[in-house]
Amino acid sequence: MSDSVLKLNNVCISLDDKRLLEIDCSVGPGEILTVMGPSGSGKSSLLAYIAGFLAPAFTPSGSVLINGNDICALPAERRRIGLLFQDPLLFPHLSVGGNLRFAIAENTKDKKRLIQQGLVEIGLAGFDNRDSGTLSGGQASRVALLRLLLSSPSAVLLDEPFSKLDTQLRQEIRTLVFDKLRASGLPTILVTHDEADATAAGGEIHTLS
Amino acid sequence: MLRWASHSLILLLAAPILLGTLIASLPAFGYFPPLGSTEFSLAAWRDLFEVPGLTRSVLISLISGVLTPLIALILVFLYLASATGSKLDLWIRRLVSPLLSFPHAAAAFGLAFLIAPSGLLSRILSPGLTGWERPPDLLIVNDTWGLSLLFGLIIKEVPFLLLMSLAALPQLQTKQRVEVARTLGYRPTVAWLKVIAPSLYPLIRLPVIAVIVFASATVDVALILGPTLPPTLSVRVLAWFNDADLNLRFLAAAGALLQLGTSMLAIAIWLVLEKLAAILWKFWLGTGNRDRGENLASAIGRSAMPAVLIVVAGSLLALLINAFAGVWRFPSAVPTDWTIQHWLNSLANLATPLFNTIVISVSSTLLALLLVIATLESERLSGNKKSTAIWLLYLPLLVPQLVFLFGFIVMTEFAGWQPNMSLVIFGHLLFVLPYVFLSFSEAYRQLDPRWSQVASTLGASQFKSFWRIRIPLLLAPCLTAVAIGMAISISLFLPTQLLGAGRITTITSEAVSLTSGASRNLISVWAIVQLSLPMLGFMAALFIPKLVWRNRRGMQETR
Repeated sequence: MSDSVLKLNNVCISLDDKRLLEIDCSVGPGEILTVMGPSGSGKSSLLAYIAGFLAPAFTPSGSVLINGNDICALPAERRRIGLLFQDPLLFPHLSVGGNLRFAIAENTKDKKRLIQQGLVEIGLAGFDNRDSGTLSGGQASRVALLRLLLSSPSAVLLDEPFSKLDTQLRQEIRTLVFDKLRASGLPTILVTHDEADATAAGGEIHTLS
Repeated sequence: MLRWASHSLILLLAAPILLGTLIASLPAFGYFPPLGSTEFSLAAWRDLFEVPGLTRSVLISLISGVLTPLIALILVFLYLASATGSKLDLWIRRLVSPLLSFPHAAAAFGLAFLIAPSGLLSRILSPGLTGWERPPDLLIVNDTWGLSLLFGLIIKEVPFLLLMSLAALPQLQTKQRVEVARTLGYRPTVAWLKVIAPSLYPLIRLPVIAVIVFASATVDVALILGPTLPPTLSVRVLAWFNDADLNLRFLAAAGALLQLGTSMLAIAIWLVLEKLAAILWKFWLGTGNRDRGENLASAIGRSAMPAVLIVVAGSLLALLINAFAGVWRFPSAVPTDWTIQHWLNSLANLATPLFNTIVISVSSTLLALLLVIATLESERLSGNKKSTAIWLLYLPLLVPQLVFLFGFIVMTEFAGWQPNMSLVIFGHLLFVLPYVFLSFSEAYRQLDPRWSQVASTLGASQFKSFWRIRIPLLLAPCLTAVAIGMAISISLFLPTQLLGAGRITTITSEAVSLTSGASRNLISVWAIVQLSLPMLGFMAALFIPKLVWRNRRGMQETR
């Protein structure tokens, strides 16, 4: 259970002297902030900025705080920000278990038990040695979620993670993801085009223009 | 650290070549302290212009320098225009890499044994079709005007230009553009030549210029297939350089500069041809003609590649038969008996050159790979900014080998270094680097950046995400780059010969030196060993990823 708070302090991102977006907000433990806006409004740049991947062409200002600590100076791998993309992006050269093991901190004890327990919780018990390339879309999304959780992040970013799933699967995965993130007490920012995603997230909605 | 690597890569390539070219010119003007000459003079040039048959030597180098790329390019373009997307095309695409791995020298030997008066072709046709009971007295190989040299070079450069074109074509939306032209009434081949060729050419211009330089200055192919009375300029320069009479060094230096001038002149002629082609194309496009030339262009295009393949297959067959032939009287198409004696005779002599070949090719390729990866990583970390100096990578392909290697030797002599293995490896590195870079950089740059981003968000350090994610995902293109690098190193003749001063022998340097005097059987054995080494490399590059990832469906599609 994490009790982190993610705070965006007067964040402003510009490209060639043109202001792309401005946002100032705080996301508490287990809360989901939804960011909506048309293409080109800078949604992806916002996530890239928080996660530490913003291209040098952009000029950011403001700060990102986790529990009061500014993380902007840290490299991406030390920010402890989990990120789910549109695609599950399971590493194709690793098994399901290999993908999960990749996420767990090195000095963790009993990784095997953690993995097996996690797989049971997402309904994929016994998938440890499966080739990740043979999973269905829904199964892959679940493994991607579990992988993120096993990396014990302090906050989570969701970059339209359900947009490539068909309607029925989308609902199922959405419920699973939101439930798990709330249960883990993780502050979450969701970027989406889909009103239904925003409604299901249930939190505050920030609209970019 | 990584930035340093990418700068040193460029420095490593550019410095010896530019400096080498510069220093090669000192002895040409009489200045060469190691031989006790410290005054500038034009004596070497006077000697050079008094050498009998010099004009002809230069002319032959010039002709092969211009005609090789011209004919090869026409064949490749007509082929792409007429066969893209056909079944033939699928086959050719698979064969183009192994074709390219065929070392120049082995291909030249094979061709010589195929088309010589007593070669395989003449034996197959005789006496039935030709009536020849004994080999005709014709100068086919080593002909005075270098036609067989030209033929051998074209056979080797067609696959090279084809591969370069295939790599560039995806940027051009070929299919859609040809379809648009066809809906406007253009026949397919004409459509390709009118709408694709003008945008493809600029993309492969640099490789074309590399072909001009290679064809005008090649030594090993010219030694095997080129004319002998007089030989090409490059062969003569090498002979002067290797002469026991050290005073010929001055002549060799002047000759090397003349070689540079000859290659530059060939490029200048090419630039004029480019202008003419541009005018011609503009006119042709303006006529709006939709079908004239379609049938002829398509017929040439569709037969060109199979013809090249048949010649290569015939050359290979000629080598194989010769390597195992016992008694083989003319005009029998096959030997009367077979033997492995040629192999047994060569076995003892093969060991050292084989060992050297492997040491040199493995070390130069691994060094090259290290530098290339460091450059690409630094490019990735600096936000994918391509260094503007990257074109310097092509330098070793754009300056005739003979010229800067010669200067390089002069440098080592100034410094008092003895020829040794590390010099040879460094010389190979210069030529291996551009190819390793060319073959690996696209795959590296095209790797989805999200793989590394996911790894970072999961807490993986740059080190971990490099070794555990990027390298495994790029295993196949990485091994291909290694195979290409080793194939290039294995086929190099001049750097080994010059930097090793003949004391460090490789399969290639030994095979080429057999040209004068050894039997066809013996040469064939060496040529087969020479061409099997790169072949083995390519096979390993193909099968290792398949084996490693046999249980990983996501790694099966070609990346």
